Amino acid sequence: MPLYVRETRQITGAKGSLVFVKSLPKVAYGELVEIDVEGETRLGQVVDISQEITVVQVFGSSLGITPGRTVVRLRGETLKIPVSTDMLGRIFNGLGKPIDGGPEILPEDYLDIHGDPLNPALRMPPSEFIETGISVIDGMLTLVRGQKLPIFSGSGLPHNKIAMQIVRQASVKGSGESFAVVFGAVGVTFEEAMYFINELKGMGAIDRTVAFLAPASAPPVEKLALPRVALTTAEYLAWRQDMHVLAILTDMTNYCESLKEISAAREEVPGRRGYPGYMYTDLATMYERAGRVEGKKGSVTIMPILTMPDDDITHPIPDLTGYITEGQIVLSRDLWRKGIYPPVDVFLSLSRMMKEGIGPGKTREDHHQVFSQLMSAYAEGQRLREIIAIVGVESLSEKDKKYLEFADEFELKFINQGETERRSIEETLDLAWDLLAILPEEELKIRDEYVKKYHPKYRVSR
Amino acid sequence: MPSRTGRIHRIAGPLVVATDIPSPMMYEVVYVGEEGLIGEVISVRGEKAYIQVYEETTGLTVGERVEATGELLSAELGPGLISTIYDGLQRPEVEIARAVNDIFIKRGVRVNSLNRSTKWVFAADQRVRVGDKVEPGDVIGLVQETPIVTHKIMVPPGVSGTLKWRAGDGEYRVDDVVAVVETGDRKYEVKLYHRWPVRIPRPYKEKLPPSEPLITGIRVIDLMFPIAKGGKAAVPGGFGTGKTVLLQSLAKWSYADIAIFVGCGERGNEMADALKSFLELHDVRRNRPMMERSIFIANTSNMPVAARETSVLLGVTLAEYFRDMGYDVLLVADSTSRWAEAMREISGRMEEMPGEEGFPAYLASRLAEFYERAGRVVALGRPERRGSVTIFGAVSPPGGDFSEPVVRNTLRYVQALYALDYDLATRRHFPAVNWLMSYSLYVDYVKEYLDERSAGRWHETRNVFVKILQREAELLDIVRLVGPEALPEEDKLTLEVARMIREGFLQQYAYDPNDAFSPLEKGFLIMEAIRRFHEVALSLIRSNVPLFKIRELKSPYMVYKLKLYAPHEVEKVYNDYVQTLEVEVKKLTGG
Repeated sequence: MPLYVRETRQITGAKGSLVFVKSLPKVAYGELVEIDVEGETRLGQVVDISQEITVVQVFGSSLGITPGRTVVRLRGETLKIPVSTDMLGRIFNGLGKPIDGGPEILPEDYLDIHGDPLNPALRMPPSEFIETGISVIDGMLTLVRGQKLPIFSGSGLPHNKIAMQIVRQASVKGSGESFAVVFGAVGVTFEEAMYFINELKGMGAIDRTVAFLAPASAPPVEKLALPRVALTTAEYLAWRQDMHVLAILTDMTNYCESLKEISAAREEVPGRRGYPGYMYTDLATMYERAGRVEGKKGSVTIMPILTMPDDDITHPIPDLTGYITEGQIVLSRDLWRKGIYPPVDVFLSLSRMMKEGIGPGKTREDHHQVFSQLMSAYAEGQRLREIIAIVGVESLSEKDKKYLEFADEFELKFINQGETERRSIEETLDLAWDLLAILPEEELKIRDEYVKKYHPKYRVSR
Repeated sequence: MPSRTGRIHRIAGPLVVATDIPSPMMYEVVYVGEEGLIGEVISVRGEKAYIQVYEETTGLTVGERVEATGELLSAELGPGLISTIYDGLQRPEVEIARAVNDIFIKRGVRVNSLNRSTKWVFAADQRVRVGDKVEPGDVIGLVQETPIVTHKIMVPPGVSGTLKWRAGDGEYRVDDVVAVVETGDRKYEVKLYHRWPVRIPRPYKEKLPPSEPLITGIRVIDLMFPIAKGGKAAVPGGFGTGKTVLLQSLAKWSYADIAIFVGCGERGNEMADALKSFLELHDVRRNRPMMERSIFIANTSNMPVAARETSVLLGVTLAEYFRDMGYDVLLVADSTSRWAEAMREISGRMEEMPGEEGFPAYLASRLAEFYERAGRVVALGRPERRGSVTIFGAVSPPGGDFSEPVVRNTLRYVQALYALDYDLATRRHFPAVNWLMSYSLYVDYVKEYLDERSAGRWHETRNVFVKILQREAELLDIVRLVGPEALPEEDKLTLEVARMIREGFLQQYAYDPNDAFSPLEKGFLIMEAIRRFHEVALSLIRSNVPLFKIRELKSPYMVYKLKLYAPHEVEKVYNDYVQTLEVEVKKLTGG
């Protein structure tokens, strides 16, 4: 409980979700505010204070706020949420209130949703391989614990299915360790929300999951709070309860749109394409909450999902995200049209933590070289496709034709995979060798000892 | 000095406005609020002082006190800097963790930059004797800071007079007095450390021309676009172009005596990764852990925005300090764009007139002031020392678009550009330095040095490579229209050789133990191997041997694999290649 309550009716103006109030003594920057409108209490936060005027951002609409009648009350604290392991299996709104009809949780602690930055000197480089069972991810874009790896998608692409496949398959491994999923859905449609909940229930993972939902109709400030609330919960489970937490946040494009909306209401100088100049820092303060820390058993892995407006990867939302995250998984509309699932564009995609998570003792000794070889061979195939589009296949040499064949097979057999199909890393790498065998052997820039050991020509059946 | 205090008048994110501070001074350090958050006065307008606060301002209230110190933001310079990880305010992060006993950085923590209890072994430098006249920069003693760094205790800038007293050899803490310098009736106590304001460049005697290359072990830098000791370079690149890997490789492998890595508004995990590898990897020349010559400044993207500026300035100040000891220092700043964005945010909050894309109009002059602190100099004081500060600044242009303000303004002040290219990165050509866009104005300066070590070959071969790569780009446009087979044989060969240059020479695997660091001699051999193939193949074609015959040779493949051999094996493999090529050519020409 706050020590003393301070309130005022002296509202000097309101605009969008902002309310301008005459400054009360001792009003604190970032402090939480209650606003009573016609018997209903809404929350708000102090975003600017001067001697005369305090600017309050309302978590909800400013509908009905009336100068002189509406009461604004200072809470004397910043936005905190109750946390507890009881949250597992439950569904909450963007401000951490239960929305599944169940009781309020019994809090073990209250935590500020903005958190504090992890001490860089205590971070441990992420290096534990997470086997997702999806060849293109495990083989080409290896995910590791503590990483932040987003999916860049487009409207209509199967990003939700991929996210669910990862949750389903990644959760099976390491049975001895406690694993939890924190799932945050920002501004999603009712249909999407239902899909996620049903999927989680269907795979029996709901007991390991804390879900946060802010539907498309929720006020912008709730959408802004949701990822932070979700990550605060993730941090609690990871650092206090020793769990390996995978936080999936979708669709972060909706989050960024809300950020833009509120920035415009505050009449801030816009950066690129109308998005606020601090969007990088804002996103970073969330995504940087991923990690592994010395002396703690748990980890926070973050997988944000965003839809690129117009499939444009240079749009500020994917662009700034890509500068913060440790790589990105980019989905391709072309591959999806070809019927490839998951339609991952391996040229645009990247996992920066991959090199730490692969190799002997983690995946397999040949992984790094096989990966490079697959990449360059597929790139060569892609280049030749552009050439034959103009001059036809006849002008190509035999070697070039092999590269074309490789590229086709790579998409059909390696990238393409069933939604419920789970391939172990050995299966994935052996599959890669089967495909590399299409190419003339002297084209392989792989250590001879690996060629002798894994190339189908020499490989003894195992 | 009477205490000068004022009150908080307004709070807007990292900007706090204070009133009633008696005559506030530009850039003086202030302590804001009851917790004493560290800030700096960045503008004074009438009664009001605008303060940029280097810590999170949540919870501050209007009316809290602001205490002005009258001092400029300064770094502590002395033994104990090496191997430390600092935040943007030079607080050792390990000490912060100890002080708050948590995995998070909390605000308002005050810890000493240099440990006050560590004892250092001080040995007087007898070239300066008690009773001698001393000037700023004179070395009065030595401290072996790490097995590979000898820390020189110098008379601080601004202090001169007679060396009245000097401590005997022995163990001292950083704030123990080790010497007394007397001028007239004033005495100055020299300690193992002194303070220096981070916004002011440290003085030196003379700037030298950048005639010596800084060997980085990265072929595309050393042998295509060399960087000089004391040089300044920009590394712009969109995300995923391998900027961080390249910068880390530089900090790891370059022949610098000291490497300072400033992670400014970047990823924490990468910082952790870099730290780990610096502890594990050994310096090529001295076979000691790289950490023993490195300093980290880690102000990750989720840490307070305003401290990005101080982290960059702190980095360059530490660099200058070691330069003054006569060392070659490499400073890597990743990324200057985040610093520029911090300037933009603060400027926006101050309601200044925005320039391009919302950046303040003074962006260019700030960048200039930073890069101009690079250079190779004759340091102040005796014995004569030459040191250098080489700066590599990363730029992260939005959308990979090089026409944005930070890249454009940076290019006005740097002498070398390593343009990282999205297309190359997607083709997994790393380092993704685009050879057509990149340049180095140091080529002519270091020509003599490199030619001397390559039997006069380097400059000429480099220019041939540049021409071939340029021609390749033209030919590829044609190939896109008519296909490769429509080209004349000589042009086809150009494409073949260009591929060899790209894949066999320019591409380098940062994580292959044999390829991560490429010594000059190895690079020269690869260059020579390619040049030889080009000449031989060209003369074959001119005597009407068709290219497909040349393509069937085995020896060219050996060129591609040269880089994968350890430095001591390369020469043997190279000789094998030369012989094989000779034999194969004889066969072809029916000899």
